[in-house]
Amino acid sequence: MNSQRADIDCDLMVIGTGMAGMATAMFAAKKGIKAVQVGVAGQLGFASGLIDVLGIYPVAGGRVVENPWQAITSLGRKEPKHPYAMIQSNEIRTSVNAVLEFLGRADYPYVCQKENNMVMPTSAGTIKPTYAVPHTMAYGPAAMARKEPCLVIDFKSLKGYSSRQIAENLSRSWPGLRPVSIGFPEAATEMYSERMARSLENPRIREKLADLIAPHIGDACSVAMPALLGVFRTLEVTEDLSRALGLPVFEIPTMLPGAAGIRLKEIFEQHLPEMGITSFFQHKVRNLSRKKGGGWIFEVEGMNFSRLVSAKTAIVCSGRFLGGGLHADRHGIKETIFSLPIAQAPERASWHQRDMLDPAGHRVNRSGIAVDRDFRPSDSNGRPVYPDLFAAGTILAGQDWMRQKCGSGLAIATAYAAFNACNNFLEKA
Amino acid sequence: MQTRVLIIGAGATGTALAGDLALRGIDCILVEKGDVNAGASGSNHGLLHSGARYILSDPAAAAECCAENRILKKIAPQCIEDTGGIFVAVKGDDEKYISDFPDACKKCGIPVQALDLKQARQMEPALSAQIIAAFLVDDAAIDPFKLSLDNLCRAQQHGARLLCRHRVTSFETGSGGIRRTHVTDLQTGKKFSIEAQIVVNAAGAWADIIARCAGVQMQMHYSKGSLVVTQGRITSRVVNRLRMPTDGDILVPGGTVSILGTTSERVSSPDLIYPEVHEIDAIIDQGSAMIPELAEISYIRAYCGVRPLPAEADENSQEQDDRAVSRGYELIDHQRQPEELANFITITGGKLTTCRLMAEKTADLVCKKLGIQAVCSTQTEPVPDAVDSKWTKPGLSPAVWINENRCKEPLLCECEMVPESVVRQIAETIAAKKKAPGLNDISLRSRIGKGPCQGTVCSMRITAYLYDQGYMDDRRGTDDLRSFLKERWRGQQPLAWNNRLARAELMEAMHCGLFCLELQL
Repeated sequence: MNSQRADIDCDLMVIGTGMAGMATAMFAAKKGIKAVQVGVAGQLGFASGLIDVLGIYPVAGGRVVENPWQAITSLGRKEPKHPYAMIQSNEIRTSVNAVLEFLGRADYPYVCQKENNMVMPTSAGTIKPTYAVPHTMAYGPAAMARKEPCLVIDFKSLKGYSSRQIAENLSRSWPGLRPVSIGFPEAATEMYSERMARSLENPRIREKLADLIAPHIGDACSVAMPALLGVFRTLEVTEDLSRALGLPVFEIPTMLPGAAGIRLKEIFEQHLPEMGITSFFQHKVRNLSRKKGGGWIFEVEGMNFSRLVSAKTAIVCSGRFLGGGLHADRHGIKETIFSLPIAQAPERASWHQRDMLDPAGHRVNRSGIAVDRDFRPSDSNGRPVYPDLFAAGTILAGQDWMRQKCGSGLAIATAYAAFNACNNFLEKA
Repeated sequence: MQTRVLIIGAGATGTALAGDLALRGIDCILVEKGDVNAGASGSNHGLLHSGARYILSDPAAAAECCAENRILKKIAPQCIEDTGGIFVAVKGDDEKYISDFPDACKKCGIPVQALDLKQARQMEPALSAQIIAAFLVDDAAIDPFKLSLDNLCRAQQHGARLLCRHRVTSFETGSGGIRRTHVTDLQTGKKFSIEAQIVVNAAGAWADIIARCAGVQMQMHYSKGSLVVTQGRITSRVVNRLRMPTDGDILVPGGTVSILGTTSERVSSPDLIYPEVHEIDAIIDQGSAMIPELAEISYIRAYCGVRPLPAEADENSQEQDDRAVSRGYELIDHQRQPEELANFITITGGKLTTCRLMAEKTADLVCKKLGIQAVCSTQTEPVPDAVDSKWTKPGLSPAVWINENRCKEPLLCECEMVPESVVRQIAETIAAKKKAPGLNDISLRSRIGKGPCQGTVCSMRITAYLYDQGYMDDRRGTDDLRSFLKERWRGQQPLAWNNRLARAELMEAMHCGLFCLELQL
């Protein structure tokens, strides 16, 4: 491979197409770095669409975080191995704001309270603390806080979403919820959320939907529905439907994968190439080798062809076990692309608690790639494995994004920090 | 409430007893603290023994198994897949055991046929090239859930009543017997009592706890056995290791999967048991000596059950393997015991294969005590193929869904292709018995949650469905969802490597990451 001529030369190879990979590529594009991105897109489809920064801390006490920035400061002191502990609080904030601005410019604005978390109702009828929500969901936390009378809609053809489930579960704190089940206009017996969300971009379908909802409104001050208010034109869909009903309409996040995750995937997949990123979505790194004197050659393989990419640096954001960045057999955990050392991997018997819902969380989730101050994967002595390889996202050790409710914030902030370190390296070289 | 016979425990024995009594025209109430087959009856291999496994350790139990194997194949063929079984030895196994085996089988009347090694590997290509002996026997696969539910159906047709999630809290004794049994409905907290002429303790591993409620001292030991379900079916026959029973030496096919087991570990209580990582590793390492691919393949789920063992076995040797303890059953007439309770009977020990025989002997004693002359007819009377239980069969739901061209109907569980109509049918059946159907009830009666995703997706879909249909209110469905996920997790946790770890991550990402079910907010 080393002797072959590379098809593409670049400064940075971004491996991964989840939130961390997309954010890294975005930061690189903004700095005008010549970057190639590779990954099996689709991971973002499993995103909830909520941008969590830090929702629960400490995890064992199950404490809901009001001000995530303050909580991050205290987390940094108590959990020095947490990736957040290696980033300045204002940098975390800057990076999250940069992604929110990017999404806003892509006509999918997010709403946040800057200093405080919001509390969102979910389709399970539970509530979840989060930092920023898409504009389509923004009215929900306010309506819930005011306990205002609200009509909750579900669609007969959408599985796993029951308005009655939401209303019953939330009835103690929000008795004003009134559930109603209606047939989705022009629906088949069974429909997936992405298709329903796409069909609501059709004004005719929206009009029919408004006609179906209108007779149920009664005393309701707002209308909640599953996260289906469009994929590409959410502003138009939300405003139009609200206008037709004369009431604010808002979304409640659904089971995964849902439309809210697919919107993010579509936005990044459309905008990053426009910003100058060479994207190989639906591709994998099949093979790699180290160049003499530093840098990398990657063989990138897709369905029909493979290419050789020469890169001065790389940032690995390949995710955990579901994303494929980590793999475990009965005897241990491995990093799948570079065979990087794994930190904090205890014996298999202690990977998981016996109780799935154990408040402490599972130890395996804190294992992963340890990094130095420059976000370079490091060995057990803290020495970087390669000078020109960086890591970001949930593959990093020392965090529990599912329990701490910090998935997107962690992905974005570590992408920012890893990219900045990488950029410094490129500038020095 | 009044009845002639109160049966405590709706496992294989309790339900078989209810079915037997029904045929003799005797009414009964079954009280079960969990659900049907919630104990060892639902957490075993599903193996209908030929008897050959116990041929050297326990010839009496072996002969019983052999006879019952034939009877069950005749009376409940709908619950049995007559796979046949193979015993194989591999290089290094005890040669004396191997050479004694065929004669010992013949002495007990257990059919056995020696196979040449090439023939054995043709019959079962998954077998190791290292096998040194192979014999064909009459083992088969049996669906223990279906058997219990079918027996129960027969009993209910004759008026038997089943009270699931009801716990026996105490007995009122007097004049040499149990006068009243105090019961609590675990769902509503309602307390009431049952007056029965005879009380049968068929509580399996919990039999000693029930006995103590009646002031009877009964010492029992609990031997935990863990098993693991493979992603696909590995062999067409049951495969046994030809040696004294130990870890990882039986692979039982059932429908689309195979089940590998088992271990034997003393535990101090039959409650809160978990299949452990070291047990799973041991059975996979041992099993792969017979069938090498067991070291590489994917597993869906691990589970464990507790064998109730009479305590006397322990007196001989602290160190002995619990599997060497007799697997015969124990029928105790408490009239003849120091406590002299004339109407109290305990039936414990035994095996799934002998549940009919245990029921027969218990029912005989019940009749004797009631002074009723009624002969047992379960040896010949077919067990009805009850509609109630047909969705538990692996692969049946997809077959029906495709055959009946239900493709326009939504699937609530895509892994096992369980459509909404099946969930509706089960929910309606439960609701007809004046019970609110929950996710766990539907899981017990169908294949939901048993496929590769282990309930990550279908759990929420079915919870939503049950709320939607008005079966659930307040936060009850969410509590039910939590307990369902915990139960699935129990079986996944020791198998969480390779793609199972990725699936576990998805389960946690959705149910904790998004829905925050670990918190009570």
